[in-house]
Amino acid sequence: MSVLVYIQTQDGKATKAGLEVASFAKNMNVGDVTALVPGTLSGDGGLGSVGVSKVLHFSEGVTDNAQLSKLTQAAAQSADASTIVFSGNNDGNSIAPRVAIAMNVGYVSGVTRLPEGKTFTRSVFSGKATAAVNVMSDVCVISITPNSYGIKSDTGEASVETFSADIGVQRIVLNGFTPTSSDGSVPLPEAERVVSAGRGLKGPENWGIVEDLARALGATTACSRPVGDMGWRPHHEHVGQTGLTIRPDLYIACGISGAIQHLAGVNQSKVIVVINTDPEAPFFKAADYGIIGDVFEVLPKLTEAIKSL
Amino acid sequence: MPPLYSYLCNSEKCVSDYQLLSMKLLVCISKAPDTTSRIAFTDGDKRFDESGVQFIVNPYDEWYALVRAIELVEAQGGSVTTITVGDATCDPIIRKALAIGASDAVRIDANPTDSSQVARLISNYANDKSYDIIFAGKEAIDYNSSAVPAMIAECMDLPYVALATSIDVDGDVSTLNCESTGGTNNVSVNGAFVLSATKGMSEQRIPNMRGIMSARTKPLTVVEASEVIATTEVSKFTLPPAKGDCVMVEADNAADLVRLLREEAKII
Ligand SMILES: Cc1cc2nc3c(=O)[nH]c(=O)nc-3n(C[C@H](O)[C@H](O)[C@H](O)COP(=O)(O)OP(=O)(O)OC[C@H]3O[C@@H](n4cnc5c(N)ncnc54)[C@H](O)[C@@H]3O)c2cc1C
Ligand SMILES: Nc1ncnc2c1ncn2[C@@H]1O[C@H](COP(=O)(O)O)[C@@H](O)[C@H]1O
Repeated sequence: MSVLVYIQTQDGKATKAGLEVASFAKNMNVGDVTALVPGTLSGDGGLGSVGVSKVLHFSEGVTDNAQLSKLTQAAAQSADASTIVFSGNNDGNSIAPRVAIAMNVGYVSGVTRLPEGKTFTRSVFSGKATAAVNVMSDVCVISITPNSYGIKSDTGEASVETFSADIGVQRIVLNGFTPTSSDGSVPLPEAERVVSAGRGLKGPENWGIVEDLARALGATTACSRPVGDMGWRPHHEHVGQTGLTIRPDLYIACGISGAIQHLAGVNQSKVIVVINTDPEAPFFKAADYGIIGDVFEVLPKLTEAIKSL
Repeated sequence: MPPLYSYLCNSEKCVSDYQLLSMKLLVCISKAPDTTSRIAFTDGDKRFDESGVQFIVNPYDEWYALVRAIELVEAQGGSVTTITVGDATCDPIIRKALAIGASDAVRIDANPTDSSQVARLISNYANDKSYDIIFAGKEAIDYNSSAVPAMIAECMDLPYVALATSIDVDGDVSTLNCESTGGTNNVSVNGAFVLSATKGMSEQRIPNMRGIMSARTKPLTVVEASEVIATTEVSKFTLPPAKGDCVMVEADNAADLVRLLREEAKII
């Protein structure tokens, strides 16, 4: 028995999400970890260092999730996998359910911690509850909520094998890709630290103090929905019920009231800091640390304090 | 769909009857508890307690998938059918979808317990009906699985475009923008496919009086569920432990906060 992990690479190295998935698989302790890597790979992609023993490398770049599903099924068969693990990012979420249906096995998405046997824990109702889910089939497919488990280093090196499979025809044509985070920061779903701001910032011209704090912390910026809707910030920064759901280690909310729809996207953050002039702002109820104060005064001081660490 | 003609086709947009009937769209609609609902469980914490809960159309399904499908049909002709897997408690949200502008609705009478059941039931129904595009939302805001549309695509052997933020249809070719890890993909698909819709697709539409009146008489067909087996089951729901009190720091003492984050929370 083994665990198969689906790994994406960037410049030949496993992505952060990929290393997390491999760490999770290794620590499930149910067998050797085999990694399926489509696309470019250099060396073992850094996968040996998180406990992967074998890498199946499919050298062609594939973008159609139907083809990636076929590829995963072939790899699962070759590795005799009892569990197939994906990162619950956009790509993983579009391939994993297909694999589960094709193999006629159970699928659990958004897993947040190691299972007990075949019972997996996932977060439901936008973080307002968790569910323990039993998988009734022998084999199961799961996806892990990004940044919920972390990367645990291990020793060893992975062997790399070239893998080939019949993956059918490509039916979705990729015409182009436009990257969103042009500033080089970690994409929001994977970010460990996030500095987020709302209508309390008064206008887009004031975001300098938010960006300064984010830079000092090595954090990614986010915003509330009205800020995205008014065009103060790009749409992809919008977090909440109708935007992204994130789970960073640190979420700093500046001038955000903490409406329930906003909280739905961020309340699984490990530590929440709220800075707001209104002591009655509902966000304080969901916060670990709070400052009642004006963002225009507090943020620059906070940035300085961090820089002087 | 003759009754549709009168109110959808109010401009030069409609070229011919042939075109009016050309696009056949299916939109997957689920009911979801309003976000302000109290979350509680019953039946030994195995089931969501629906008593006193206000249900809404899942926002992704309504704001993005349904409204965009209606816009396409308004511009190019055709029909928008909604499909819901659920019991009669779903009917009010289905009527809302009809009021917003769907042509007709189908409800598969079942109480599904996992995503694969929903997907198989919808696929079994849709298989021989040659829909051009099957729309779904990014996720149902109750169980947050983001699984059903990809599963429908696999069941029906169709291409799947996830997290679409825009769609344009030109004859058989659809061109979409969709969110991908770290950016936006622009993709094209020829022929039938499944998509999940997210923010950007369209704006929310408030049903008008005429829509609400006509929704009462639009067809809502209830069909019996085919036999499908669940592959997972929830053994227990748990509410998170209550959050401890928020530690307040003086506004002029930012350094204190930084110290707490380092020494107490140990995250920086
Ligand atoms: C169905 C639905 C879905 C929604 N989805 C989302 C979603 O996904 N994400 C989301 O964010 N919202 C969402 N909303 C909107 C949500 O209800 C709130 O309206 C929104 O989050 C408020 O944004 P805000 O906190 O930036 O603005 P406001 O509510 O206006 O709050 C601004 C805050 O800034 C504080 N402030 C003002 N000046 C200062 C200052 N100088 N220094 C410090 N603090 C200051 C104020 O005290 C106030 O608390 C949704 C709403 C609905 C109905
Ligand atoms: N019971 C259901 N009936 C119809 N469509 C559904 C149902 N459940 C989920 N869907 C569709 O699938 C999408 C994703 O749901 P989920 O995979 O449950 O997060 C939703 O936004 C709906 O469009």
